[in-house]
Amino acid sequence: MERVYLFKRFERFWHWSQAALIIFMLVSGFEIHGTYRLLGWQRATTLHQTAAWTLIGLWAFAIFWHFTTGEWRQYLPTTSNMMAVARYYSVGIFKGEVHPYRVTPLAKHNPLQRFAYLIVKLLINPALWVSGLLYLYYAELTRAGLVNFGVRPIALVHTAAAFMMLVFVISHVYLATTGRTPLAHVKAMITGWEDMEHA
Amino acid sequence: MKTTTRVFAGAAFALSLLLSGLAAAADKASDAAHVDHSKFAALQQTFDSGPAVTRACLTCHTRSAKEIHKTEHWKWEYVNPATGQMLGKRHIVNNFCTSAVSNFDGCATCHIGYGMKKGFDFTSEENVDCLVCHDTTGKYHKQQGLAGNPVTKDMEWPPGSGKIIKAIDLRAIAQRVGKTSRVTCGTCHFNGGGGDGTKHGDLDSSLESPDKALDVHMNSDGNNFTCATCHRTDGHQVPGSRYAPTARDTGDAQLRGKADFRNPATCQSCHGQAPHKRDYAARLNEHTARVACQTCHIPTYARGGVATKMSWDWSTAGKRGPDGKPLEVKNDNGNVVYSGTEGNMVWAENVVPDYIWFNGIVKYTVIGDKIDDQSTPVPINRFEGSPDDGKSMIWPVKTYRGKQAYDPVTKMIAVTHLYGADDTAYWTNLNWEKAVGAGMAVAGLPFSGKVGFVATQSMWPITHMVAPASAALKCEQCHASGGRLEKIAGVYLPGRDRDHALWIDLAGWVLAALTLVGVLGHGAGRLLNRGNR
Repeated sequence: MERVYLFKRFERFWHWSQAALIIFMLVSGFEIHGTYRLLGWQRATTLHQTAAWTLIGLWAFAIFWHFTTGEWRQYLPTTSNMMAVARYYSVGIFKGEVHPYRVTPLAKHNPLQRFAYLIVKLLINPALWVSGLLYLYYAELTRAGLVNFGVRPIALVHTAAAFMMLVFVISHVYLATTGRTPLAHVKAMITGWEDMEHA
Repeated sequence: MKTTTRVFAGAAFALSLLLSGLAAAADKASDAAHVDHSKFAALQQTFDSGPAVTRACLTCHTRSAKEIHKTEHWKWEYVNPATGQMLGKRHIVNNFCTSAVSNFDGCATCHIGYGMKKGFDFTSEENVDCLVCHDTTGKYHKQQGLAGNPVTKDMEWPPGSGKIIKAIDLRAIAQRVGKTSRVTCGTCHFNGGGGDGTKHGDLDSSLESPDKALDVHMNSDGNNFTCATCHRTDGHQVPGSRYAPTARDTGDAQLRGKADFRNPATCQSCHGQAPHKRDYAARLNEHTARVACQTCHIPTYARGGVATKMSWDWSTAGKRGPDGKPLEVKNDNGNVVYSGTEGNMVWAENVVPDYIWFNGIVKYTVIGDKIDDQSTPVPINRFEGSPDDGKSMIWPVKTYRGKQAYDPVTKMIAVTHLYGADDTAYWTNLNWEKAVGAGMAVAGLPFSGKVGFVATQSMWPITHMVAPASAALKCEQCHASGGRLEKIAGVYLPGRDRDHALWIDLAGWVLAALTLVGVLGHGAGRLLNRGNR
């Protein structure tokens, strides 16, 4: 069996801290939304904001890292092999077939992954970020005359994007178990090394 | 033995320290006054009436009566500049004792004049009552029934009752006049509606000597504000009338020496627009654009142990007890919950206010207005405001409900003659037709002879009894479903279900649930087929 070093140290740190922050923000965010009581509204709000700033800080580094290392190319969408991968997840995986996509350090995401991550990075994250920052600063922006629509549309976009993120997290966590063994991908994301299997 | 002596000596020493401390405090208080009125020649006389005192006051304070003449306190009349409505106690009806004009003998006890009745001379200088506001002895008292006059010779009151009312010593009182205090203002303002705490809910005798928890500003062991500290009075004009309240003050803290004609009684006039300095300061300061300070900082009213009246149903009045006297029933706290002369009443303490959008405009039902619609309680006053007018803030109010006499034919709220030692006063004879007939006659209005009862409602702004910051409302008291601001429309309140777009929540949860079911199903499929591997 071949071992490939897929995830570099910063990437792993970024992944796990981002995961923790996003899950925490979902939990505290839906409390702020009024879905349940857990931390107490005031604490949930404060911690949600702290987590938001932390995540923004983390992202600043991540963006820098992606561009300086060229890793951003990993997310360029492609349709080649997409049908094969889709077929694998809907049929082949139940028959014990080998994953049709050959992961390499330069192309570690299969076409469906690329597409999903691109949606997260270009749609869900920006929607959350922009609406979240507007949420934090709408009073100042309103005073400055830059915003005149009140907090409601901001909140609704933020909520809708949060639901999309929730859907992503559920799928992502599940798909993490679809490696060679249920914990193979998780292990790779912790150690950086993925065991490859060959068709 | 020795120990006992020592303890005794120590106690005596402590006591002497305490006494000298008290004496020093008393000296300090008298030093603060510029003059000692007891030294004035004009006050070295026996006064046989209130006006006699005023004549003496005016020998030095030559313009004071003319200043008083311009005030609402004197005129009981006020034109609201925003609505043009003629208001004041001589023109409005209320849902307590309904009207002052038909009951001056009683109501004028709270007029800052002597002898106000129909035809009262509002240009009289000697009939200005200086003492009711400037007494410092606590001994000045205007006997109810005497149209605002004090008792200067022992007299039987009510006539024929055998009860003797002792005369008060006007000379001693006049020699010790001073600044107004919570007690002097409270003489009337704590007793609005007919008794302690009855009307306002945020003004009652507990504010004579409040602790910090009850009122952080008036705290008698701390800031010890008097009413005039905020209601900063100039030329006897007391600012801050509830007829034309300042619902939204967008100004900064007022500076000494800077010409500023804003209401000095608002929170902002001292605290400015960004009063929060500590935790969550930025977020809290954003709230000041839409939420009146009072909303968070007066968590409940009637907090000082004095109950306030929440409703009054006059329609049940008239029952007499076995002794033939009007029946009276009190609750455990001593509040009258049924009175043969007044009907049913509901009292409450520590009341959570109602919250409304309020822009400072209050329209009143005045004497003679007709009732158009009885499907909802007739608004005795109507607080205007909306989330969209750019002027309104979320305010706490006391909503006070009544059921009171009206003329079902003319559709006018009754001006009822309640008080007086005559045959028509309701409190004397329990006859509505006579009482309303006499009241409407005084008001110069027609009366059909029929009396019905109509549900009414009035609102009172809650602005006193400001709690310490630590007792202010917590975020989740409003940011929740069913919270304090549940009924406030027009704003998105994070945490409140009614603001959510239902379709987003629905679609979101359905999508999340489908995803979860989908992945679980997928996982189950993998588990079942793992033999294929």
